[in-house]
Amino acid sequence: MTIKLMQGNEAIAMGSLAAGCRFYAGYPITPSTEVAEIMSRELPRVGGKFIQMEDEIASMAAIIGGSVGGLKSMTATSGPGFSLMQENIGYAAMAEIPCVVVNVQRLGPSTGQPTAASQGDVMQARWGTHGDHQIIVLSPISVAQSFELAVKAFNFSEKYRTPVILLTDEIIGHMREPIELPDFDTVEKVERVVTDSPADYKAFRNEPGDVPPMASFGLGYRYHITGLFHDEVGFPTQRLDEIDPWLERVNRKIENNTDDILLYQKDYQPGARTAILSYGATARTARHAMKQLRAKGQKVSLFTAQTLWPFPEKAVEELADSVERIIVPEMNMGQLALEVERMAGRKKVVRVNRANGEMVTPDMILEAAEN
Amino acid sequence: MNKRTEIRLAGEGGQGMILAGIILAEAAAIYDGKQATQTQSYGPEARGGASRAEVVISDDEIDHPEVLSADVVLALSQEAYKKFAKTIHAGGLLIIDADRVEVPADFAGVKVPVARIAQETTGKAITANTVALGLLVGLTGVVSRDAIEKAVTARAPKGTEEMNRKALQAGFEAAEQVKALTV
Amino acid sequence: MSEHILSVHDLDVNEGQIPREDWFESSDTLQHLRKNKRFPTIWCSGCGIGVVMGSLIRAIESLGLENNNVALVAGIGCTARMPVYMDYNTLHTTHGRALAFATGLKIARPDMKIIAIMGDGDAMAIGGNHFIHAARRNIGITALVVNNSIYGMTGGQQSPTTPLDMRATTAPYGNIEPPFPICDLASAAGATYVARSTVYHPLELDKYLAQAISNDGFSLVEAVSYCHTTYGRINKLGSAADMMRVLKENSISKSAYDKLSDEEREFNTKTVRGVLHTKKRPEYTKVYGTLVDRVHEEAIKPRNYGGH
Repeated sequence: MTIKLMQGNEAIAMGSLAAGCRFYAGYPITPSTEVAEIMSRELPRVGGKFIQMEDEIASMAAIIGGSVGGLKSMTATSGPGFSLMQENIGYAAMAEIPCVVVNVQRLGPSTGQPTAASQGDVMQARWGTHGDHQIIVLSPISVAQSFELAVKAFNFSEKYRTPVILLTDEIIGHMREPIELPDFDTVEKVERVVTDSPADYKAFRNEPGDVPPMASFGLGYRYHITGLFHDEVGFPTQRLDEIDPWLERVNRKIENNTDDILLYQKDYQPGARTAILSYGATARTARHAMKQLRAKGQKVSLFTAQTLWPFPEKAVEELADSVERIIVPEMNMGQLALEVERMAGRKKVVRVNRANGEMVTPDMILEAAEN
Repeated sequence: MNKRTEIRLAGEGGQGMILAGIILAEAAAIYDGKQATQTQSYGPEARGGASRAEVVISDDEIDHPEVLSADVVLALSQEAYKKFAKTIHAGGLLIIDADRVEVPADFAGVKVPVARIAQETTGKAITANTVALGLLVGLTGVVSRDAIEKAVTARAPKGTEEMNRKALQAGFEAAEQVKALTV
Repeated sequence: MSEHILSVHDLDVNEGQIPREDWFESSDTLQHLRKNKRFPTIWCSGCGIGVVMGSLIRAIESLGLENNNVALVAGIGCTARMPVYMDYNTLHTTHGRALAFATGLKIARPDMKIIAIMGDGDAMAIGGNHFIHAARRNIGITALVVNNSIYGMTGGQQSPTTPLDMRATTAPYGNIEPPFPICDLASAAGATYVARSTVYHPLELDKYLAQAISNDGFSLVEAVSYCHTTYGRINKLGSAADMMRVLKENSISKSAYDKLSDEEREFNTKTVRGVLHTKKRPEYTKVYGTLVDRVHEEAIKPRNYGGH
C-alpha cells in the first residue's frame, strides 16, 4: 500500500475504475470535470470507453445505453447538468438499468457559483425526476470515502438494478487528502448473472428476491425495455394487475434491503442531550465541533450519514429518542433537516444553515449547541 | 487539536501557490506520515488575480478541512497581503515578499525578498514558490526539511530537480538569516 | 394493398383472412414479429408506419443478420412504438434521445447493428442536437426517420417538418416556420449514407434500409409518410389512400430528377427519392478502437492503481 495525496474527484474516478466501470459519458462542468478528465485518460488503458457527449441529457442517455449493452457505466456532473439529467434518471429507475451519476454539488440555483460549495441538491437527488420512484443516494465525507462510496455505488446499482447518485460537494471533490488505494483486484465487485434460458427469461419478473437478473443486450435474450409502465417481459401495459405488482416490487427491492443500503456512523455519548446529524463536507465540521464540545465537558452525540436516500428513518428516530435536540448543519437552507424533523417527533431540530458557497464553521455549530 | 497547524499560501495567479500547497501537504502526508488536507480557491482567481491555497497539517485526524484561523500566512503579492493578512490569529506568523508587498511601519511579520532570491539563485522567477516553501518550512518546522525536499523533487518537472533543490535550499538559508536576526 | 406488396409478404390476393394461429407463419417477414406481443399495433388503420416496419424487417433479413445481433432504439411518438412488435433487442427510450441512448449502446457493443427509429418531431425538434452530433461522429448507427410532418400521437401539433402554410392544432392559421430538410441536415452534419423514399415505395425503402444498415458509419433513411387522422383531417387531405396517392404523384426518383433542366429543378416541388448522399469516412467506434490500440502501443501498461 502506498499513500497518495488525491482530490475527492480523483478518488471517485479511481473507485469507479476499481468497481469495474468501463464506460463514461459526460459533459464538462465545474466542479466535476476532473472525473471526466481522469476517466478519458484511464478508461482506454483498461479496455474501457469514454465519450464526451453534446450535453448532459445525452450523457445520461448514453450511460443507460452503455449499461444496457453490458458495461458498468457512469457520468459526473454538477447542478445545471444534474437538472438536465433528471428525465433520464427517471428512465433508469423505471427500466431498472444500473448506472452511477456523480453530482459534485455547487452553489445554485441556476448557474449560481460554479466554484463554490453547496449541499443544495439533496432533495433534487431524491425527487428531481418526475413520478414516484426509489433511488439510492450516497454522500462521502472524505477523499478516502469518495473511493469507497464510488465502489459501493456501482455495487448497489448492479445489485438492486437502480440508478445510484453519488452526491458529493465542491469541498470534498476538490480537497486533497492522503488516501491508501487498495489493490483493485481485491475490491469487491457485483457482476450481472443471468441463469435463465432466453425462453424463460423475464427481465421484470415479480420474484421473491425482488430484483430480477439483468440481461445485457446481444446475449440472446431479445427483450423489450421501455419507460412506459410494463409487464414482466417489458411490454407496455395499462393493466392495474400488472402495474401494481411492479410498483410494489420496485419499492420493496430498496425498502426491504435497508440493512445493506443504509450506511452511517454513530458516535453516541450516554447521557447526551444534544446530537449533531450531518453528511458530506459538513460532517467534517460537525466532528470538529463535537470534539470541541466534548473537550469543554459537554456531552454530545454525533450521527454521520453516508446514505442520504433512502433516509435512515429508524436510526434517526432512535437517535431522537435518546436526546433532547438534534442539530443539523447543512450548506443549504435546510433540506435533510426536513427528514430529521419528520423523524424527531416532539424533539427539537435545530437547523444550522449556510447557503452562500462557504462551509459551515465549527463556531456556528458550537453557538447552536451552547444555547 | 493543538497539534493542528493552519497555513494559507497566497499570491498572484501563476505564482504557483496552489502547487506549493499541494507539495506542502504531500510532504506532511506522504513523507512525514502526518495528516493533511489541501484546499484552494478557484474561478477567475486561478486565471490571475489573488490565488490561494490552504493547507492544514495535524498529527491527528483532520476534521474541518479548511483554515479557520491561520497560524501561518504567506503573502507574495500586495493583493494577497491585503486580503489575507487579517485572517491570521494573534501570534501567528506572517511572511511577505519584501520587494512586492508594501507594509506599514509597525509590521511585525517576516519580510524576505522571495522572488529576488529565486531569480538570483536559479535565474528563474518561477521558482519563487519553492524558495517560499523552504522559507516557510525553515521558519516553522511544520514538516521536516527532508520531507519537503522529497516532495519538491517528486513534483519538479524532469530535469528541474536540481534547480528546485537549490531554490529550496535558498529558502532554508533565508529562514536561518531571519532567525539569526530575531534571536 | 397492391398485389405487388402482397407478393413481397408471400400473400395471395385471394387468400382472404389468415387464421390467427397461422399468422406469424404466413410470411417470412412476419416471423420477425414478436409472437408473445399483443396485436394489432397501436397505429391507426391505414397508417404508413406499418409499411416502414415491414421494410425494416425485410432489410435486416436480406442482410442475413442474426436477430440477437440487432438492436432497435426508439424515442417517443407513434413511430417510436415500432420496436415493441419486433423480435430484436428493443429499447424504447425518452422523447428525442434515441440517438443518445443508441450511442452508448453502440460504444458498448460495436459488433451489434443499431437502428434508431424516430419520428420527425423526435429526431428534428427535441432530438435535433443529438441528430447532428451522431452524424458528426459518424457513429455506426442507422437513423430511420419516419416523416409524417406532424406530431401524431399528441393529436396533430406542428412539427419541424410541417410544410409552410399547412395547418396543425398549434398552427390553426397556418404554419409560418420553414420546415427542416432532414436529408440535407444529415448530409451537412456528416452522415455517410443518406437516402429517402416514401411509404408508397416500400421496395425502395427495403433497399435503402439494407444499404444504410450495411454502411459502416452514420446512416439516415427518411421514410416520408403521412398522418391521415390528424394532419390529413385538419388540412382536408382525404383518406389514407388519398394521401398515399399524393406520395406517388408528388415524388420523383433521383435519377429522373437528375435529368431535369436547371430551371425545372429550381421549380421542382416534388420529394426526391433516392440515395442522396454518400461519403467515405472512418466510423466512430472503429476510430476509438484504434485509439485504444495506440494507447497500448505507446507502452502505457494497464494500471493496477493500488497495491504495491
